[in-house]
Amino acid sequence: MRSDPADYQLVAPTSLQAVISLLAEEPGAWLPIAGGTDVMVQYAAGKLPTRKLVSIWNLPELRHIHFSPDEVRIGAGCTYTDLREHETVKREFPLLVSAAGWTGGIANQNRGTLGGNIVNASPAADSLPALLAYEADLILISVRGERRLPYLEFHTGYKQTKLAPDELVQAICLPRRFSDYFSYTRKVGARNAQAISKVCIGALGRMAGGVVQEARIALGSVAPVPLRLVQTEGIVKGKPVGASLLALARKTAAAEIRPIDDIRSTVRYRSAVAGNLVAEFLEKLSLGGTKI
Amino acid sequence: MTASVENRVPSELSLTVNGERKTVRVYPMERLLDTLRHHLGLTGAKEGCGEGECGSCSVLMNGTLVNSCLIPVLQARDADIVTIEGLAAGTQLDALQEAFLDFGGAQCGICTPGMILAAAHLLNKRPEPTMEDIREGLSGNLCRCTGYIQIFEAVAEAARRRATT
Repeated sequence: MRSDPADYQLVAPTSLQAVISLLAEEPGAWLPIAGGTDVMVQYAAGKLPTRKLVSIWNLPELRHIHFSPDEVRIGAGCTYTDLREHETVKREFPLLVSAAGWTGGIANQNRGTLGGNIVNASPAADSLPALLAYEADLILISVRGERRLPYLEFHTGYKQTKLAPDELVQAICLPRRFSDYFSYTRKVGARNAQAISKVCIGALGRMAGGVVQEARIALGSVAPVPLRLVQTEGIVKGKPVGASLLALARKTAAAEIRPIDDIRSTVRYRSAVAGNLVAEFLEKLSLGGTKI
Repeated sequence: MTASVENRVPSELSLTVNGERKTVRVYPMERLLDTLRHHLGLTGAKEGCGEGECGSCSVLMNGTLVNSCLIPVLQARDADIVTIEGLAAGTQLDALQEAFLDFGGAQCGICTPGMILAAAHLLNKRPEPTMEDIREGLSGNLCRCTGYIQIFEAVAEAARRRATT
């Protein structure tokens, strides 16, 4: 059932302060809308949970990319195109830039925002494994102030997050210390553009003395939340990559993920592909493979 | 809250469409696509899927390719919109439109306005695109007639013609 615009309110304050004041007045009543690539789809289908929307599109406080010596701070309102076109982001955060290029088509990349992807909280979102691999922090803001939260803790269940009803995601902070790590990312889906992943991976690693010194492995579409494979990372650490490690990594990864059967894929396929992706990452890492 | 009540009634909003300043009386959550088609009579942008998958409603907003079905018109306030109707200069077709005609890039025509605007956006960013650039630039626009090859060739030819004129 199509929505009637006469039934909906939309306001567009011109400052972040005005937006968070509005959210604080009636916590949970107002739905922020940035580029609309998720919200307008729900609206068209008559499935929005609220009839009061507040536009945060193009607010200057949310659309900036700032580098300090240790980290980059990306405003939550930055679009995928903003990320893809930023030279330093491209050089230092290839996992994020690759995922941004797989999200939707160009028109969606021009409007979809990183903050929106995080708050929409789809376990199939392409850019979220990259944020887990890079150990992102989120800056959340409300009239009560700012707080900084490790992104790893943000998703608490399917489409459930730690965002309070009066809060907005203001920025995403990524440490710069992974810039010389080997990085590996791959989307397995029906087609790159406009298709939601069956499984996707973002992973970082470093070899030293013939063994895996460190690994960061995150997967999408294999659990109710974007998932970092902490146990798999742990068992590969300090070991040389060979047939026995690959078998152990596959087994550990299979035990960590919780895939489901849905319209896009099956538990069996997702489990097999997740294991293959983890193994491919480790093999390429051990070969000192070319960076993506 | 008084501000909320005001936003439930249609209000006047101005935007520039194909170079002309227009003022419309609309609900703020009306989709830009509906404003263009129903208030301004510009039916070049089509509604295909209505959820940002097919690209048939593509327009340029402040020079950027967008799906007009996903834009609440309030977010287009004071924006500069270009639709397919604004691409030709009078009766002089744009190089892309000429190339689509010459290469059979349009069959049923539903996807064509969006394809041409996506291509215009691509050529503005990359005047000399590779075939891979063209495929990626049009990857958000679906066509069920041509099989895409004629469209890709038309865009490549338009880029060549633009470079030599």
